[in-house]
Amino acid sequence: MADNKENPLKKVCIICAKGTIEDVYATLVMANGAVMEGIEAKVFFTFFGLDAITKKQMSKLKTATVGNPAMRAPGGLPFPTILGMLPGVEAGVSAMMKSQMEKLDIPPVDEFLEMITAGGGEIYACKLAMDMFKLEKEDLWEEVKDVLTVGDFYAMCGGENTQIIFT
Amino acid sequence: MNDEGYMTDSTQWNREIAAEMAREEGIELTDEHYEVLEFLRAANEKGETLTIRKVGKSGITDIKGLYQLFPGGPLKLSSKFAGIPKPASCV
Repeated sequence: MADNKENPLKKVCIICAKGTIEDVYATLVMANGAVMEGIEAKVFFTFFGLDAITKKQMSKLKTATVGNPAMRAPGGLPFPTILGMLPGVEAGVSAMMKSQMEKLDIPPVDEFLEMITAGGGEIYACKLAMDMFKLEKEDLWEEVKDVLTVGDFYAMCGGENTQIIFT
Repeated sequence: MNDEGYMTDSTQWNREIAAEMAREEGIELTDEHYEVLEFLRAANEKGETLTIRKVGKSGITDIKGLYQLFPGGPLKLSSKFAGIPKPASCV
């Protein structure tokens, strides 16, 4: 602990490449947690992670109900994958995830991003993924600071006691 | 006080103690600071889990304002100065 106090973490660069509720929130919680501790945070959204900062998609994130062996029904009962395929199940499960988070005072994606930028955190989008998904800067949430190449992002990740985190 | 500088008995708290703790962190407390501290103390007394989101919705200040009032620790420093335990939430 003494060593940690003398030599604390100063900056985190977080990369979010996936667009499910839990992947995006892992990124948002870690970024917000950093700025709340006075740690600089830069967040880079790429591939399907771009959904989290795309105006049209950011409030419609879902949890995958197929191919997710850790997902169980309330009470810990098994949740067969075949159920996850039924229409409406993904939407229902996703709505439930969101309501559980709201109970813990975890905000919706747009508000969470605002909390991060209010604390000085910076949000970036990946240029390559934007080109791939045919997205323009106007499609992104207004406070996205810039669209970057991976080289640009690495250039921001220098400095003492900086960590890159891939969620 | 515990070894992280949080008061162990919040009933011993008063404005002078808060001002003293804040000065050690280089912050001069204003009325707005005290409003936040009183809000946190009241919420803590009710057993609520504190988050910056809750303070941001209190009407005292928004989240940006909270970061300006308590630089580098909007919830940690404010909780410390309010004489309540270190926040146990991640938001």
